[in-house]
Amino acid sequence: MIHSLFLINHSGDIFLEKHWKSVIGRSVCDYFFEAKEKAVQPENVPPVLQTPHHYLISVYRDKLFFLSVVQTEVPPLFVIEFLHRVADTVQDYFGECSEGVIKDNVVTVYELLEEMLDNGFPLATESNVLKEMIRPPTILRSVVNTLTGGSNVGDTLPTGQLSSIPWRRAGVKYTNNEAYFDVIEEIDAILDKSGTTVFAEIQGVIEACVRLTGMPDLTLSFMNPRLLDDMSFHPCVRFKRWESERILSFIPPDGNFTLMTYHVSSQNVVALPVYVKQNISFLETGSCGRLDITIGPKQTMGKTVEGLTVTVHMPKTVLSANLTATQGNYTYNLATKVLVWDIGKLNPQKLPNLRGSLSLQAGAPRPEENPALDITLKIQQLAISGLKVSRLDMYGEKYKPFKGVKYLTKAGKFQVRT
Amino acid sequence: MNSLQVERGAEDVYLSRMSTGASYNDQGGAEAAVEAGQESTPTSSGAGAGAGAAFGLFSTDFKKNEDLKEMLESNKESLKLEAMKRVVGLIAKGKNASELFPAVVKNVANKNIELKKLVYVYLVRYAEEQQDLALLSISTFQRALKDPNQFIRASALRVLSSIRVPIIVPIMMLAIKESAADMSPYVRKTSAHAIQKLYSLDPDQKEQLIEVIEKLLKDKSTLVAGSVVMAFEEVCPDRIDLIHKNYRKLCNLLVDVEEWGQVVIISMLTRYARTQFISPWKEGAMFDENNEKAFYDSDSEEKKDQMEAKTYIMDPDHRLLLRNTKPLLQSRNTAVVMSVAQLYWHLAPKHEVTIVTKSLVRLLRSHREVQYIVLQNIATMSIQRKGMFEPFMKSFYVRSTDSTHIKTLKLEILTNLANEANISTILREFQTYVKSQDKAFAAATIQAIGRCATNISEVTDTCLNGLVLLLSNRDETVVAESVVVIKKLLQTQPTQHSEIIKHMAKLFDNITVPMARASILWLMGEYCERVPKIAPDVLRKMAKTFTAEEDIVKLQIVNLAAKLYLTNSKQTKLLTQYILNLGKYDQNYDIRDRTRFIRQLIVPSEKSGALNKYARRILLAPKPAPVLESAFKDRDRYQLGTLSHSLNTKASGYQELSDWPAVAPDQSVRNVEVIEPVKEWAPLVGKAKQRKSDEKFYSDEEEEKEEEGSDSSGSEDSSSSSSSSESGSESEEESSEESEKTSSDSGKSSSGSEQESSSESESQQKKKKKTKKAPQKKSKPAAADSDSDENGNGPVAPASSSSADSSSASETDSEDDSDSDSPAVQKKKSDVKSKPKVEVKSKKEVSLLDLDDFSPAPTTKAPKSAVLSSSLLSDLEGLSLSNVSPAIQVTTPSFGPVKTYELLHHMTGKGLSAKYHFPRQPCLYQPSMVAVQVVLTNSSDHSLEEIHIGDRNPASLNLHCFNTIERLEPEASVTVSMGIDFSDSTQAANFQLCTKDDQFSVSIQPAVGELFMPITMTEQDFSKEQGKLLGMNETSETIAMATANTSSQAISKQVLSVANVGVVSSTQNNIHRFAGRTVSSGALVLVSLEMKESSSALLTINTEKSVMASMLLRDLKQALAQA
Repeated sequence: MIHSLFLINHSGDIFLEKHWKSVIGRSVCDYFFEAKEKAVQPENVPPVLQTPHHYLISVYRDKLFFLSVVQTEVPPLFVIEFLHRVADTVQDYFGECSEGVIKDNVVTVYELLEEMLDNGFPLATESNVLKEMIRPPTILRSVVNTLTGGSNVGDTLPTGQLSSIPWRRAGVKYTNNEAYFDVIEEIDAILDKSGTTVFAEIQGVIEACVRLTGMPDLTLSFMNPRLLDDMSFHPCVRFKRWESERILSFIPPDGNFTLMTYHVSSQNVVALPVYVKQNISFLETGSCGRLDITIGPKQTMGKTVEGLTVTVHMPKTVLSANLTATQGNYTYNLATKVLVWDIGKLNPQKLPNLRGSLSLQAGAPRPEENPALDITLKIQQLAISGLKVSRLDMYGEKYKPFKGVKYLTKAGKFQVRT
Repeated sequence: MNSLQVERGAEDVYLSRMSTGASYNDQGGAEAAVEAGQESTPTSSGAGAGAGAAFGLFSTDFKKNEDLKEMLESNKESLKLEAMKRVVGLIAKGKNASELFPAVVKNVANKNIELKKLVYVYLVRYAEEQQDLALLSISTFQRALKDPNQFIRASALRVLSSIRVPIIVPIMMLAIKESAADMSPYVRKTSAHAIQKLYSLDPDQKEQLIEVIEKLLKDKSTLVAGSVVMAFEEVCPDRIDLIHKNYRKLCNLLVDVEEWGQVVIISMLTRYARTQFISPWKEGAMFDENNEKAFYDSDSEEKKDQMEAKTYIMDPDHRLLLRNTKPLLQSRNTAVVMSVAQLYWHLAPKHEVTIVTKSLVRLLRSHREVQYIVLQNIATMSIQRKGMFEPFMKSFYVRSTDSTHIKTLKLEILTNLANEANISTILREFQTYVKSQDKAFAAATIQAIGRCATNISEVTDTCLNGLVLLLSNRDETVVAESVVVIKKLLQTQPTQHSEIIKHMAKLFDNITVPMARASILWLMGEYCERVPKIAPDVLRKMAKTFTAEEDIVKLQIVNLAAKLYLTNSKQTKLLTQYILNLGKYDQNYDIRDRTRFIRQLIVPSEKSGALNKYARRILLAPKPAPVLESAFKDRDRYQLGTLSHSLNTKASGYQELSDWPAVAPDQSVRNVEVIEPVKEWAPLVGKAKQRKSDEKFYSDEEEEKEEEGSDSSGSEDSSSSSSSSESGSESEEESSEESEKTSSDSGKSSSGSEQESSSESESQQKKKKKTKKAPQKKSKPAAADSDSDENGNGPVAPASSSSADSSSASETDSEDDSDSDSPAVQKKKSDVKSKPKVEVKSKKEVSLLDLDDFSPAPTTKAPKSAVLSSSLLSDLEGLSLSNVSPAIQVTTPSFGPVKTYELLHHMTGKGLSAKYHFPRQPCLYQPSMVAVQVVLTNSSDHSLEEIHIGDRNPASLNLHCFNTIERLEPEASVTVSMGIDFSDSTQAANFQLCTKDDQFSVSIQPAVGELFMPITMTEQDFSKEQGKLLGMNETSETIAMATANTSSQAISKQVLSVANVGVVSSTQNNIHRFAGRTVSSGALVLVSLEMKESSSALLTINTEKSVMASMLLRDLKQALAQA
């Protein structure tokens, strides 16, 4: 299946290669570089490329290309999903996925890749299993290892691999037993010029952090499971139980994991927390433009909107921005033509406003399209769909764990057309 | 030399640190020292600073490898480890470290696991190059293969099989055979992987390897399943016979196999199923819904249709596969979801495919690359099945931050989804895209508009006008694209030429982009005969400005002159000569050349000779129109989700998906003597329990019973309740599906469009109601019911409960289908000149496609209605009755045949005739209304205008009228839908049907059965509710049954044809239960039929509405008595 993997940085250097079958020369990447050249933006490189003898499937993440080479028919999503899983694992192990981090830990990364695939077929991709085989580096451990000559490689067979619950490692022990669940909802929306909602929906995810001793069997139930329309689960969730009782029943993996993602049924009207009044205009003459953005609260359910930012991808011809913000700061990046207005907390009494003039390249034609505004925001302690966890129970173990649920609403792909 | 010394120094520091156990701070100091050393000598390495940071620097330095060799040969483990880490670093960088082979291979037997692993990594990488030396290590692995620790055995096999040295093939073969019989499933899994490796090394071993695969396929471990199927796919994908005996096991294990294995197994099973089962799609109807249309005209034909449906009974194994893959749609792994989606697409009955839609749309939230692949697949699917994705149209709206290929794919899908009903929304959306800064995307949008215009004739004019306006755009790509599209549209619509071309001529003065000017001139020349007055005038103007034009425009001026000269030489002879003279002395040689050529061609002279005669044919040859069609049109020749599909070329190793066999191969090949319960199972209380019931369901004897049952189901009531209900429900599902399609094609579908389009105008007034309605999920809870039922009954009567499961599942499926499928069908019905057309036309003034970038923003009115229409759409999906207990759900009907009634005869209606029927759909406008569809036909010889509904009687009658039909051409018919609140009485609704000139009083009298909505409930709930409705709320009578009506299937059919009720699954096969509720007041209506001997039966109806009960009883009695 997956023949080889090349990690390529932003400027096009191959800084790591791994072959699971016979070695394939680096020159195969030239086809990819060609496509990359053509695409201008790295996001525009087609994920699947054909070369005379191989097929190249790549993903672009964190400014890195993960380029895999395959020789025969394979579902492309299989490879893409795996490559993302590699990136996730690196992220999980080292806290970030970047060229520097991978280079610093090249041996560990190489060992991980070795374990993840056998002959190009995924072998162990569960982070719990991998962590048993190859321990993630911690400062403490590296000190201990240097003192004792110990290693990062586990010396036992990961038990999870063999049991029917491959996602959980055996013999977990904690002094403080705790289980935290974050219900995070993102609002995807497109608003049009006049502020009318063209499209709005809510996507949610439940991130869990479970540190429980032994083999706990948890059930999580909701006050209003009917809100959930379409969901995907971590493999630990018993699907039948959900189908019949609308209860999440599972033996959790150890540590952080995504329990489920869901989509709130589209019949429900999405309450947008903010409204945006904007006026961006480019004058026909005089190569300048005007910008005026105001943001106000709409349906915030009595909570404060935080972390509010507005990002505007300006047309190429906009040279500079001379603006004043009543709240927060703005920056205009001349190279990328991105205007970012960092507002922070939204004060309902005094609505934040950003206005001023834009200067355009002299002689260039007036931009045809006004740039869209991308909004990010956060509302703590609120799930905008109204979803509520009703209770969490634990079976199978005697102790009493500490439990907690947190709600958070964020803007997902929240775009205002202008 | 210097560098070497520093290296040494660093090493010393490192060693001293090791021996003295220096503190962490000291270590930092040591590193700092090394770094200082590095700075002074850039070629050296920071050896002590740790392998990770170090390897990059010394890799070019050959001597460093010598150094590594020394480290490897030292006695200190830590040094060796350090060296190996650096070597692996080299490998990772792609640097050559092959000369270290002898030094490394010595460490293969080392006890340190980490070191050993690194050595393995090295061996696998370089063994191929140093085969002789590699052989030294083989004995180590052979020993390790006997190790008591399964982990060591597995890793030894892994490495041994990864060493690509042909000489050890026999050793590998032996090792694989042994490991395949290993106790540990993990080792067996590894051996499955090794099979593929050996096969790629030496394909001659195929036969022996197939034996091993055969053995491993029998393995019951979830751990092994995925890997062995992978090996099967790689080595012998054509040996489908190996799968037979393992088919059911694989299906049952599937949920518990790891994600990657699931993908492989599902795609293999897709291929398998296509060879082993017969098509669940009707003959030749796969993607051709038009075929079905033929059936729907009369009742007699409908019966024939059902007969045909009866002949198809889904193989239980086929059903098993579909059932067991369905939960995987909820997987977090996008590849799994995609593979289930393609399985449903290629294997499921058409109405079941829709269940994958939501999950596919969910994947669009994932990474960019995932979106790319999923959108490609959706694009292919949406060409054939618009209905699947139409409700999710908004998920394909483009954001300015999407990358270009995502945008283009979304555009493709939106274009595919466009139909009469949603075209205005889509065009409005396109309007935004056209102005995009991403010019490639803007150009693609114009193409898309062009495609919409050709596909949907109603909007051709609007699109054309919009595109003409785009000609004044500043961007050349946009202009060029618009011209191409306009050209195409003009070629398809010859009558409209002059208007557009005139318009373009008018715009001409304002257009400055040379490309656009040139394009207009070309069009002018091409169609000069259609604008005989304007073309010469344009030429006159151009003659004046010739010298100031761009080269590209000049060329077209010359062309235009030449063409006009040929067609209209009287008026343009002098002008042409003038222009040719100007061109002759132009600075550009291209233009001089062209001028010279044209002159020779068109002006007859003694030199020009024969060519001159053909000038007309050369210059005015008809030019083929560029084809505007989807790039995904024939992508479906590849299996969805494959690499080949994504690339649109056959990838190497692509396995063709075979066509369905005409006759199903022997089913018994899949029978297995003993099926043991899966032992892999951990002691998980909840999960294990459910598992058990699953297994019982597929135990062997069960299987046979089922097959028997399905054979006998048509003729008689089988004694085994479980099997008969299973097969019965399945065939019933088929028939209901058929009839559903029947009705949906004849009327409902067109009314679907009707409803949507009228909703747009209605939306203003309906707005409040719509938003207040609390929508509710239907299909999921219904499925949940049946599942809980299964839980309750599982251990006691597993078979019956699971059959209940299957039947109710099929019901919900078909219901889903009816919601989303009908719009797709409607698109195909081109002959229904329904109202949307009229409406779109009338809206033209508002300008749907306001593409003029000089004009201000479009009016705000338009987007609003778009939003509302979508909320209406979503209302179609969920309809709720707030006073219902959660266990009882309103469902869409399981269909009985639809009877058509006459509303107005064409004699009395002066040419206007009207027929109506009850589509048995929940009414869109108000839940208390009954939906009625009226087919209006104009059988007169003149067109009828302003057809609408006039006064009603009684005046209080709550009636939802259809929108006024502006004009109905002779011989045309239109289907409109109405909603009538009958207030649970069979009293006729009288109203007037008016045309511009006449008024006709008509009345609709509903049969009592049409005043119900079907609901599903469990048997327990039914009994409970029945218990509450005794005494005067109960009406019962013993009735005589026609002998033909004694099978459960026939009973359901008869009852459903009379009343719009839902079937309640029953465990007693002599009692049939149906449930519904009245539309207006929502009172429960429970019908139960208890079979007695000698074709008599006790019919009981429990409801508060006793009048309705007696009427229903009468109707049912009549229906059941007749054959």
